[in-house]
Amino acid sequence: MAEAHAPTAHAQHAPQGFIRKYIFSLDHKVIGKQYYFLALFSVFVGLLLSILMRWHLVWPDAHIPLLDKLSPVGAPGGLMTPEYYLSLMTMHGTIMIFFVLTTAPQSGFGNYFLPIQIGAEDMAFPRLNMLSFWVTLAALLTLLSSFFVSDGPPLAGWTAYPPLSAVGSVSGPGEGLGQDLWVISIALFCVGALLGALNFIATTLELRTRGMKLMRLPLTCWAWFITAIVGLLSFAVLFAAGVLLLLDRVGGTSFFVPAGLIVSDKILSNHSGGSPLLYQHLFWFFGHPEVYIAILPGMGITSHILSCFSRKPIFGYRAMTYSLMAIGFLSFTVWGHHMFVSGMSPYTAFAFSVMTMAIGVPSAIKTFNWLGTLWGGRLRLTTAMLFSIGFVSLFVSGGLSGLFLAQPPVDVNLHATYFVVGHFHLVMGVAAIFAMFGGTFYWFPKMFGRMMNETLGKIHFWLTFVGVYAIFMPMHYLGVEGNVRRYSTFIDDFMQPLLPVHKFMSIWAFIVGGAQLIFIFNLFWSMFKGEKAGINPWESTSLEWTVPSPPPHDNFAGKIPVVYHGPYEYGVPGAEKDYIMQDSPEVVAESH
Amino acid sequence: MWQGFPLRPEQASTIARGIDHLYYFLTAVDLFFTALIFLTIFYLALRYRRRPGNEKPPKTRTLMPLELAWSIIPAILCGVMFTWSASLFVRNARPPRASTEIFVVGKQWMWKIQHAGGRSEIDELHVPLGEPIKLTMTSEDVIHDFFIPAFRVKKDVLPGRYTSIWFEATQVGKFHFFCAQYCGTDHSHMRGWVYVMTPTDYERWLSGAVPTQTMAQAGALLYEQYGCITCHGTGKGPPFIDLYGSNVKLDNGQTVVADDAYLRESILFPTAQIVAGYQPIMPTFKGQLNEDQVLNLIAYIKSLRTQERTSPQ
Ligand code: HEC
Ligand code: HEM
Ligand SMILES: [Cu+2]
Ligand SMILES: [Cu+2]
Repeated sequence: MAEAHAPTAHAQHAPQGFIRKYIFSLDHKVIGKQYYFLALFSVFVGLLLSILMRWHLVWPDAHIPLLDKLSPVGAPGGLMTPEYYLSLMTMHGTIMIFFVLTTAPQSGFGNYFLPIQIGAEDMAFPRLNMLSFWVTLAALLTLLSSFFVSDGPPLAGWTAYPPLSAVGSVSGPGEGLGQDLWVISIALFCVGALLGALNFIATTLELRTRGMKLMRLPLTCWAWFITAIVGLLSFAVLFAAGVLLLLDRVGGTSFFVPAGLIVSDKILSNHSGGSPLLYQHLFWFFGHPEVYIAILPGMGITSHILSCFSRKPIFGYRAMTYSLMAIGFLSFTVWGHHMFVSGMSPYTAFAFSVMTMAIGVPSAIKTFNWLGTLWGGRLRLTTAMLFSIGFVSLFVSGGLSGLFLAQPPVDVNLHATYFVVGHFHLVMGVAAIFAMFGGTFYWFPKMFGRMMNETLGKIHFWLTFVGVYAIFMPMHYLGVEGNVRRYSTFIDDFMQPLLPVHKFMSIWAFIVGGAQLIFIFNLFWSMFKGEKAGINPWESTSLEWTVPSPPPHDNFAGKIPVVYHGPYEYGVPGAEKDYIMQDSPEVVAESH
Repeated sequence: MWQGFPLRPEQASTIARGIDHLYYFLTAVDLFFTALIFLTIFYLALRYRRRPGNEKPPKTRTLMPLELAWSIIPAILCGVMFTWSASLFVRNARPPRASTEIFVVGKQWMWKIQHAGGRSEIDELHVPLGEPIKLTMTSEDVIHDFFIPAFRVKKDVLPGRYTSIWFEATQVGKFHFFCAQYCGTDHSHMRGWVYVMTPTDYERWLSGAVPTQTMAQAGALLYEQYGCITCHGTGKGPPFIDLYGSNVKLDNGQTVVADDAYLRESILFPTAQIVAGYQPIMPTFKGQLNEDQVLNLIAYIKSLRTQERTSPQ
């Protein structure tokens, strides 16, 4: 606990020297930025991989420039081998899920803004915080290094089901060292995530400033807090599954490998009695909560932004916090919906089906509360606001397609088809990315002291918004038609008629990919050339907007704020301005 | 246009229509809510845009009735969907008693299909029209999945255990099947055709090939070849007559039904369950017998009946 008392000490003198200040920094703001840029780098790698995949799927005979230089074995002459496609798919999924969605909204923005929003000078355990970042970076480097091993990057998919992922190179290329690196990377990532989760929980519970009652926490903080609890419980299980898988691969154990497999005409006599289904249960016990780890921080950010730019209190603050808790809790009870076709009894399937629909109820409550927030407001349609409205729309579209997957007899048709790919990209992938864009536009002035360009922002928003629908909506149709996913080619005459749809999606993928360059340009240009931002450019109420942009080393320059108001006091009748800062001592008859 | 882009795959099995009705119901609910929410978003975004001189919003309160309405209505809808889908799922889960059994073994990256009469095929499945068919499936290596879109059936095919699906085709013709569980490099090539034939054509097809042994005959040969006979024909091991479908007493006092999975386990992992009154002397045959051969042995054991009985399903 020594760390918890440290802030006052480190309030006095910020560390000097580049290395201590920017590399091995203990400052939550620097660590938050480090996470943010790690995720930014990852999302571009992931995006590039998806574009290569989309290219190969629809023009398998067209040479991809430079690809043969990058991987002479995986893409001889610029044409991908099936293994290489599947490796890119695996890497794309793994990078996006772990190093983008789990990293930016929670560890990035959360690290930067949770302490400031609750009026603390740093996270509870700054050293642990630094450690979790460096472990996460090590995990990313481990994963990326698998691109350079001799039998190729892993290709067991981001779910890595055994026996395929557990029996080693006999089951095909990419299953050797590449897969080992994958497992090690995931295990490391779990360690980083667990440390981070502990820190978030302790910080939220212990370091709130005077007056910051739980029911005065901004919804962002609620979301980070609940995500941390969900992460603590689920990453522990993934860590266990990863270790067992690694032992099966290199330690000769048989947790997940049944006896007597005949792989590539070789009898595997070194395994006996394991259960591949056990892995699936462990994996999805983590896997379903994971999609909420990806999306809950986005919900918090979206609520925060919608309220600010509607100039209205968030509709149903209490309902919003309770539904966050309900979603966090229920997310642990639905994992079986990923296994409806694995041979489970129909009665087990019902239990998971009921719980899956039950989780739709708090989700619906959130959606309608967001609409209620817009209703009757004075909407300022900034780029941040557009991305937040976009988030709601994507969450709704993806959530509704989830209703199909929650019904076992219908899921039987749709499971493992492009329907699922379309569903999870919208509801989790792109929605969370929209929350990240929203958060970036909203908080950039605070983080870098300058404004981002709104015109470029809006062009970027509209291209991306239209584009992602054009990419991912048709996937639902493909899935309904029976187009199986994780196929490296569509040579079959069953798939041929669907090829025009695939081409349409690929072209939009290129457009969306290109549009992201606008964002990158905007981000880096604004960092140096953007208009100077004041303390509170958006007229927001939460505590980060009471300190200079960027905030000083210890956030409040020694003057710890006291909180008198809830986080969303916009448009309060009788108040001086149309909003009341959380730390304003102003007393208004109606506020509380 | 709709020729090229049909709304659903063909309906070619008895369960397809029921599932599609539920599917259309879900689509209608979804379209309704999509329209409702999207129009609301657009309306709100346009109606309440900030206009100059109109900075402060009027006070709107959190309305309890509204909060309740949008919690309760979705909950009721979910209840309806659940009841509907649960009843369908139960109805579709159990194969009818009189189903014809066909055996499927998946391996990287092909499907081997074995008919009880002895005919086997690769990446093709011939079935008769209008008769319930039960596929008993297993894998030799990694997990696969047998998916016939036109029949609306799909089930994982796991190593080390049997899973099954059943269907009754309603249309003569040729339908795709796919592997739908990711299984490595050539996953996308692990596919084939189901040929639905009239029962007479099917009979002709079954007997049409070069005369081969039935599965049971092949099993009988293995029974001798692998020396099962030295124990099971001599009293050192339990006899197989009428074993299939009967209740077996184990030495730990439990009773189990001798179904496919039990027989498979008894052959490959004899020590897992010991029959009461016998010594655990049976050697394991794992690694010596492949999944096809195990299926043949099981077919042989099934064929040993004192009198004809209906199958125990
Ligand atoms: C060395 C003698 C021996 C040989 C060889 C042998 N078994 Fe057995 N088997 C036994 C004994 C003893 C039992 C009963 C104890 C037990 O359950 O392990 C048994 C049990 C079984 C059972 C369960 C029977 C029941 O009544 O539940 C099956 C099925 C079976 N064996 C199949 C085979 C097959 C197929 C082969 C040849 C591939 C084979 N056995 C070879 C001795 C043998
Ligand atoms: C323009 C953007 C994107 C495009 C074009 C794209 C495209 C694809 C494609 C074609 C697949 C393979 C589908 C299959 O055969 O199963 C895939 C898989 C996947 N994508 Fe994306 N994607 C994009 C963005 C994202 C984002 C933002 C995420 C973040 C969640 C994401 C997460 C995944 C995951 C988890 C998989 C599954 C990988 C696997 O099967 O193991 N993608 N994507
Ligand atoms: Cu899930
Ligand atoms: Cu497969």
